[in-house]
Amino acid sequence: MGPWWSGDFFAKRATEIEAATREHVILTLIAVGIGFAISLPLAVLAHRRPRFATPLLGISGAIYTIPSLALFALLLPWTGLSRATVEIGLVGYTLLILIRNTMTGLAGVPGEVVDAARGMGYGSHRLLYRVELPLALPAIFAGLRIATVSTIALVTVGAEVSNGGLGRLILQGLQDEYPAEAVGASVLCVGLALVADLLLVGIQRLVTPWARRR
Amino acid sequence: MNELRETWSWLTTGSHWTGGAGVFARLLEHLQLCAEAMLLAGVVAIPLALVLGHIRRGTSFVVSLANAARAVPTLAVLVLLVLRMGIGDRPVVYALALFAFPPMVTNTYAGVRGVDADVRDAARGLGLSGGQLLRRIELPLALPLIAAGVRTAAVQVIATATIAAIVGSGGLGRFIVDGFQTSDYGQLISGVLVVAALAISVELLLGSAESALDPLRRRRSPAV
Repeated sequence: MGPWWSGDFFAKRATEIEAATREHVILTLIAVGIGFAISLPLAVLAHRRPRFATPLLGISGAIYTIPSLALFALLLPWTGLSRATVEIGLVGYTLLILIRNTMTGLAGVPGEVVDAARGMGYGSHRLLYRVELPLALPAIFAGLRIATVSTIALVTVGAEVSNGGLGRLILQGLQDEYPAEAVGASVLCVGLALVADLLLVGIQRLVTPWARRR
Repeated sequence: MNELRETWSWLTTGSHWTGGAGVFARLLEHLQLCAEAMLLAGVVAIPLALVLGHIRRGTSFVVSLANAARAVPTLAVLVLLVLRMGIGDRPVVYALALFAFPPMVTNTYAGVRGVDADVRDAARGLGLSGGQLLRRIELPLALPLIAAGVRTAAVQVIATATIAAIVGSGGLGRFIVDGFQTSDYGQLISGVLVVAALAISVELLLGSAESALDPLRRRRSPAV
């Protein structure tokens, strides 16, 4: 069996590692992006019409419960080795996190603030875009951070059925009994999650300038 | 729709359910791996978090544990442990236990820390010692959150045990991995259905256990 750490692995396989990392980032971005685009309107709907909240959380909770390998494999006969096989599963896992956090954020907007905005003549759209969503941003970002970090970890499982970014290298390391490859790819994967988390914290600071002035 | 027909015929073939590689045997393997891992993680995680919560220390440890657990891919841990220890049940049980650990710690810790300061003061005023406070007040009040942690961990462990089939372990993931490798979509989708059914029933079962355990019988939201 080979070594557990090797700088050589990074140097010799640079193009392969770069391609796997790029694929990993793209899979994550698309999953969180689509997940957010689906979750945001659904969470607003559940906030405005509470009777939708229970079925919405129930369905996204049930998807969340299904083991990742099973969810990825489910679509395999139809979508084959395309990116969609893994992507649809990844989107599914972001829904519960993003919907729940957005709903919590919207529910946390103080009633007096909403009343004040209504009193100033804000209609329901302006109330949502100018008051409720901005105040819910910290909770929404908390959801985005959890969803992004866990998606980056989950992508690896996709390597078994079709696309899995760095997960392919982890499995390759196992097949070749070359631990340095599996370790190197795992470290990159965790590093990617850390960088993404820091980036989101930075973006949150940029879009909530009022939170800094204290 | 051919795949659905194949799935139906796979599921309705008796020999796929019985025998050493049948659904029942794989289910038993799966549950055994999960139970061992849950036990291993639980006997360390819950007492540790109870004590940390009681002495009100270690918030940053608990928070970073939860964050790290999210960022580390389960597949990576499985592969690395198998490379280290060789193919078999042992690396899988350890990997599962590693991922059962954080939700149990964070929830138990949050449960104990969440006990009302007035309640603690009142108990102290009645002359309860530290140990009595932990056993008779903090533990019962934290039970619903501890149960929530066990439920989260159990669902996580069932999912990870499925992935363990990729690295050569038994359990229900075998049907998915083998079905994929032999392009037997009937077997693959059957495996998906059985695993999903198991995960959702465990979630529902432990969910009802959780509400039954609440001494105040009042809904609270889990920490994680």
